Amino acid sequence: MSGARPYIRPIEPLWWARPPYLAYTLREATGVAVAGYAVVLLAGVISLASGEGAYQAWLDFLRSPWSLALHLLFLIGILAHVWTWFAIMPKTMPRLVIGDRVVPQSWITAAGLAVAIASFIVILLLAKWVQP
Amino acid sequence: MGAAVKRSIAPLFWLPFGAGGMLAALIGPALVLITGFAAPHAVGLSPGFMSFARASAFAQHPLGKLVLLGVIGLFLWHGAERIYLTLRDMHAGGKLALMWICYGSAGALTCVTVAALLAIGW
Repeated sequence: MSGARPYIRPIEPLWWARPPYLAYTLREATGVAVAGYAVVLLAGVISLASGEGAYQAWLDFLRSPWSLALHLLFLIGILAHVWTWFAIMPKTMPRLVIGDRVVPQSWITAAGLAVAIASFIVILLLAKWVQP
Repeated sequence: MGAAVKRSIAPLFWLPFGAGGMLAALIGPALVLITGFAAPHAVGLSPGFMSFARASAFAQHPLGKLVLLGVIGLFLWHGAERIYLTLRDMHAGGKLALMWICYGSAGALTCVTVAALLAIGW
C-alpha cells in the first residue's frame, strides 16, 4: 500500500435529478418510451402468432383506458425524443460546409424537424389511404 | 500491422442506437398515434384497420415482417443503449451487470420477435 491518499470528490447520489443534469436525464428517459412502445408492438406480434383469440385480447387491451394512458406517455416521450434528437444532431455530425460557408447548427435542426413533420404527415395519409 | 490493431465493438452498440433513434424520430409519433389511438378507437380510421385478417396479411408478407422486425428491434436497441448509459451514470449497479440487463433483454426480445414472425408463417 502506498501512503498516497488521493482526494476523491464526493458525488451527490441524486445529481441526475437536479438541473442542469435533469435535462439530460429526461432526454435519456425518452429511450424508455421508445423501448416500451416496441414491447407493446412485440406483444401484438406474439398474440398474432398465437391465434385470433389472443390477438383480440391484445386489441381489447389497446382499447382500455390503461393503454390510452400508456400510449399518451409514449407519445409525449417520443415527441420529446424527436425534438432532442434533431437538436443534438448538428453536434454529433461533422461540420456541414456548402460552398465555403458552414451551415448553421440551427438550420440542420430545422431541416431534421421539417423531415420528421413531413414523414408524420405522409404516414398518416398512407394509413388513411390503405384503410378498408 | 493491421492484425495488432485492437478493434472496438462499440459500433455494434451505437449503430443500432443511431438507426433506432432516427427511425423513432421519423416514424415514432405517427406509429403511436395510429396503433395507440386512431386504429383501436376507430378515430379517423375505419374500425377494421387492425383486424386479425389485415394484421395477419401484413405480418405474413416478407416486407411486413421486415418492417415489424426493424421497428421493434431497433426501437428496443435504441432504448436499451439510453437506459444502460443512464443507469451506469447513476451508479445504479455494476457496469457488466447493467450491460447484461439492458442489452441482454434487448437481444432476448429481438430473438422473440424473430421467432414470433417465423411462427406467423409466410
